[in-house]
Amino acid sequence: MALVNLTVNGRPRSCEVPDGTLLVHLLRDHLGMTGTHVGCDTSQCGACTVILDGRAVKSCTILAASAENAELRTVEGLAEAERLHEVQEAFRTHHALQCGFCTPGMIMAAVNMIDRHQGQLDEALVRHDLEGNLCRCTGYHNIVRAILAAAEAYRARHRVAAAQA
Amino acid sequence: MYLYETTYLRPATIDEAKALYEAGESPAFLSGGHTLLPAMKGHLARHDRLIDIRRIPELQGIAEDGGRLTIGAAVRHCEVAASAVVQGCVPALAGMVGTIGDVQVRHVGTIGGSLANNDPAADYPSAALALDATFRTDRRELPAAEYFQGLYTTALEPGELLVSVSFRKPRRAGYAKFRNPASRYALAAAFVADHADGVRVAITGAGNDGVFRWREAEEALAHAFESASLDPLRVDMEDMASDMHADAEYRAELVKICTQEAVKNQNRVTLF
Repeated sequence: MALVNLTVNGRPRSCEVPDGTLLVHLLRDHLGMTGTHVGCDTSQCGACTVILDGRAVKSCTILAASAENAELRTVEGLAEAERLHEVQEAFRTHHALQCGFCTPGMIMAAVNMIDRHQGQLDEALVRHDLEGNLCRCTGYHNIVRAILAAAEAYRARHRVAAAQA
Repeated sequence: MYLYETTYLRPATIDEAKALYEAGESPAFLSGGHTLLPAMKGHLARHDRLIDIRRIPELQGIAEDGGRLTIGAAVRHCEVAASAVVQGCVPALAGMVGTIGDVQVRHVGTIGGSLANNDPAADYPSAALALDATFRTDRRELPAAEYFQGLYTTALEPGELLVSVSFRKPRRAGYAKFRNPASRYALAAAFVADHADGVRVAITGAGNDGVFRWREAEEALAHAFESASLDPLRVDMEDMASDMHADAEYRAELVKICTQEAVKNQNRVTLF
């Protein structure tokens, strides 16, 4: 067994799990946080995407024990009380989901994408950076629109001028 | 899916990692784990201990020195792609690494993991061959020509730990890749490097025995470094992989097109 100490959405957590436990199972089975989904379970679909020490990763392909002392952000950590995170709000406004299964991973990938590029995104970059997240319903158009809208909100918030064309 | 029972270990030094390996029954070194863990989840592999080598100091770092670019085995793809040193030294290499897998994979996967796995459709092996790489392990140095030994096979012995890989800086280089639209792995890709002492053309994705050098193309490009030099050539179909994704004839055509595009688009990456 491995004792894993990590911070999940700003809260210190400690969990004793079998060494072979995957990060997504630590979240779902041991911490009861089922917002992070298991989709393909083969590292392709991105439904299990979480942000580990500032980087979007597929939590179905990370050992929980290797996340010792890590800072983890999941979809449960985005909204503040009743107020949705701006990426969640953009997904709602732009109807960027149908069945919703891929949505937690899409949103975490989008949050990390916007942070990494400091909101400086265009459609081509969003589509390139979203290659690790599969959606079988929407055809991606509304997801891309939502991410671009959230990036615009981020820029407005950070008073960063849009990149010159 | 859940792994068979295993023990996770995180050594701080190469010696400690080797000792842990020696004491295991069916041990494996764990780096990014983006091939190893899916194989273990699918119960295609079983290891009684996973030895996480990512925190060993000798396996870190990117440095340019004397015309060679050296990258630690545990350096992640996202770090190589974003490295100003790599971008300045071999722009096509930084660009190539920025096309591996997807964002999430590049945040975790490592150069050492990719090269130790030697997937026949991986990107790194072609760069290693074209850039005349030297592989430093815990016990010796291996040239790329000896290192790659066919599908998923390398010269690494059981328990031999890849420490760093050093690439020879070319005058210029280019990489062109035709991806399988579903898996995003290369159906064919060419890394073309123009060195002071000759041209190297390395092909990944297409060969039935893994990465290989296309010697006829190298000779033609040494004579005249332009895509038209390759017009009369065709890679040997006997050497091509053939599967449900692409038959040998199609792959042979892709090899030529990718090589020509890599010649035409030096110091950058061309994706199809």
